[in-house]
Amino acid sequence: MELYKLTAHELLKKIKNKETTSEQIVSDLTKRIKGVDAKVQAYVRASSSTLLAPDSKPNGIPVSIKDNICTDGYNTECCSKILQGFNPPYNATVINKIIASGNSFLGLKCNMDEFAFGSSTENSCFGPTHNPWNLDCVPGGSSGGSAAAVAADEAIWALGSDTGGSIRQPASFCGVVGLKPTYGRVSRYGLIAFASSLDQIGPLTKDVQDSAFLMNIISGYDAHDSTSINIPVSDYTKDLINDAKGLKVGIPKEYFVEGLDSEIKAIVEEAINKLKSLGAQFKEVSLPHTEYAVPVYYIIATAEASSNLARFDGVQYGLRAKAEGLVDMYKKTRQLGFGDEAKRRILLGTFALSHGYYDAYYLRALKVRTLIKQDFDNVFKDFDYIITPTSPTAAFGIGEKMDDPLKMYLSDIYTISVNLAGIPAISVPCGFTKKGLPVGLQILGKPFNEGMLLRLAYTYEQNTAWHKVKPRL
Amino acid sequence: MKYEAVIGLEVHLHLNTRTKAFCGCSTEFGKEPNTQVCPVCLGFPGSLPVYNQAALDYAIKVALALNCRVQEYTKFDRKNYFYPDLPKNYQVSQYDLPLSVHGFLDIELNGQLKRIGITRVHMEEDAGKLIHQENASLVDFNRTGIPLLEIVSEPDINSPEEAYEYLAMLKSTIQYLDVSDCDMEKGSLRCDANISLRPAGTKILGVKTELKNMNSFKGVKDALSYEIRRQAEMLDSGEKLRQDTRLWDAKAQETIAMRTKEGAKDYRYFPEPDLPPFIIKEDKIAEIKKTIPELPKEKMQRFIKDYGLTEYVAKILVASKQGALFAEECLKKTTDKNIKSVANWIIGPLSALTSSTCAIHELNISADNLAGLVDLVENEKIISNLTGKIVLEEMCKTGKTAKAIVEEKNLAQISDSQSLNSIIEEAIKENPKSVADFKAGKANALMFLVGQVMRKSSGKANPKVVQELIRKRLANA
Repeated sequence: MELYKLTAHELLKKIKNKETTSEQIVSDLTKRIKGVDAKVQAYVRASSSTLLAPDSKPNGIPVSIKDNICTDGYNTECCSKILQGFNPPYNATVINKIIASGNSFLGLKCNMDEFAFGSSTENSCFGPTHNPWNLDCVPGGSSGGSAAAVAADEAIWALGSDTGGSIRQPASFCGVVGLKPTYGRVSRYGLIAFASSLDQIGPLTKDVQDSAFLMNIISGYDAHDSTSINIPVSDYTKDLINDAKGLKVGIPKEYFVEGLDSEIKAIVEEAINKLKSLGAQFKEVSLPHTEYAVPVYYIIATAEASSNLARFDGVQYGLRAKAEGLVDMYKKTRQLGFGDEAKRRILLGTFALSHGYYDAYYLRALKVRTLIKQDFDNVFKDFDYIITPTSPTAAFGIGEKMDDPLKMYLSDIYTISVNLAGIPAISVPCGFTKKGLPVGLQILGKPFNEGMLLRLAYTYEQNTAWHKVKPRL
Repeated sequence: MKYEAVIGLEVHLHLNTRTKAFCGCSTEFGKEPNTQVCPVCLGFPGSLPVYNQAALDYAIKVALALNCRVQEYTKFDRKNYFYPDLPKNYQVSQYDLPLSVHGFLDIELNGQLKRIGITRVHMEEDAGKLIHQENASLVDFNRTGIPLLEIVSEPDINSPEEAYEYLAMLKSTIQYLDVSDCDMEKGSLRCDANISLRPAGTKILGVKTELKNMNSFKGVKDALSYEIRRQAEMLDSGEKLRQDTRLWDAKAQETIAMRTKEGAKDYRYFPEPDLPPFIIKEDKIAEIKKTIPELPKEKMQRFIKDYGLTEYVAKILVASKQGALFAEECLKKTTDKNIKSVANWIIGPLSALTSSTCAIHELNISADNLAGLVDLVENEKIISNLTGKIVLEEMCKTGKTAKAIVEEKNLAQISDSQSLNSIIEEAIKENPKSVADFKAGKANALMFLVGQVMRKSSGKANPKVVQELIRKRLANA
């Protein structure tokens, strides 16, 4: 039986009814990975013999994990040479929650852009992941490995991290469901930081129900993360109500302008019409500071990254280059260990924080960030949701944007504002381009109201069949 | 030319919380290297800091004791620089919104009161310790992440002596709060100094140097004295001073310029995104204020007022909280008549039995027993001052009362003339020259004879009675 094709909630039901076991699921998945991962390359350091992390006991459904989430005794390298062989002596809080839930356990580690720097999963020291819908295309990024694994049925579900769209954009490119929770909803303890004020861990799943289920497992206050917020978490599966009647949705005019692929635009408009027919009320709204989101993001995110990545110096762990003396060791280790994009962002961030430039760049960016947040607050006074495309294009070709960082950065133009504002958002499949590549619909919600977000996503999904279409591999 | 020194001090203080600033590791001093560490204080990837509430409370307590304004909104910042003792290659510190500002500390020098401004008191974390070997440098991370306070003074200090007094008063005040042991040898208190000279009487600011590596308060004083001489000589000979950092070499008793790199350091401070800003509410400040005990300055003034002590004596008695507590207990158990004597016994003979007046409470003697001893000497004249000192030492060894020791060792003074007269006769017989001298009007001769009688009686004779008896005896002769 092809258990790997199923969702987590379908499999858990089968386990409960004693129709299958965790061991059977693992063995089925292992076969699938052996069959297709050579083409997709969603996983890193995959041992051919087993799907499980060392010491991991099958209990429920395995969760595949992005390589920047710390797993005790199990390599966590952020797909960077500089963390080669890094074996954390602790689990991220989300990993402990997964193990403790009884419904899930630790699976394999997924490919990603080095330190989550990128939108294509091409910036990985292990090489790129391929989009299961078209192996010549990128899966998006930076959680491209997690998204591709779920899309290719190499994972039942997976965890990614989202700093500027790194869960939603690959979910959109690979035709799966990706949710970025409210900042502070999921503990960041054990997530190797890219930009601390923006990062959140979230689920990549085959459908909205699994997204709600995985959110139940990973959400909640953590005393080890000072930025996690102590607000009670409800049972998200209870929010899965197939009803959009009277829900108020804003459509930001700034998101439907030049740069948006006309095919994507048409598909997203069709999805909006579908929701209208289901009773949701739509109105055009304005998020006036949208145009500043990308520059603000690349100042704040790189500034924080430049400091967060300073610890990779060859002293305690990871790569240490052979060198003469301390400064030489720092230089050579970082020169050898970091890829081009990591170096680019460290330089950008260091510059933005430098004496004489701080006020003009970083401080200013913080102020504009507040304005962007206020834009959302204003809209959410009158609306329950905002709907946009997840990405201005469908998946692009491998290598296509590698020489043009600015073009690559613009691939996140619709997802970045959400991180700056700290609000939750979900990407759900909403159609295919003529070339057969998936398109994602992005739904944005109010802070700490993931339940409402899941409800509209669920309603859309229950009345469409896009999530059921599978790539041929 | 005559110069005036302009000095500002930067003190780093370990807070003696049980655990580190951002993790649960122990702060105990002197453990095996790298045994008090965890992913958080080692700066392992993915680990996150959580600020120790006790450290925040301690910090507020110090800020209030130093008369600072505690700011309602305060936040942590990252200070970025590469150094192997700094595992994250940034230090969590405070930059533009420190915990507290605008404080002061009053010091006293040669009877003059002087107010030294305190610019700010802010919170940060300590770095590790480098241990240099011949072919390698080792890092001990036990100290990494211990909560630190940085206390920055205004450049209100004008002499090495004032700097010394400021440090002594600061240490005394903080020890009263029980938030740090202020031990420079253990590194729980460290001090850097900024110093420049200007022509006396002017308000211009000269080129300053930063002095580091002083290991004691005396070291700070010596380094400043040296630096004043060095800078004055350079200025007198028309040389230009360079703004630099200099290390104090206690052995050579001189400061040595550190190698400096071109250009100013750029720490690229920015708000620490892993720690949300703090809002410190009025009621929290009020609550902590209540826990601040009477501080040395107030205690000293009260000792002067309540016990009629001199400023000199009161100041010594209040130097440490525990010492002052013991001293006051003694003063309370004493009759009004004996108060000054008890105070003098404390700062004199009692302090001599230990390292300083700060440690007298550690001696094995109760306040009652000390009062009893002073009474035997001063009121009842049962023993002399000299014998008193011997009895005191015995008391501290055994914990016994003065009376018991005097009886046990038969140390009571001999005051009856009958017993004394025979000894006096002996002394007069043996020292005819002194007798002649006395008769010739030399007063010293009488004291010599008294001394002889004291010696012969093993110190037990009552010197006043002896003096009277000799005077009478020789007048009759």
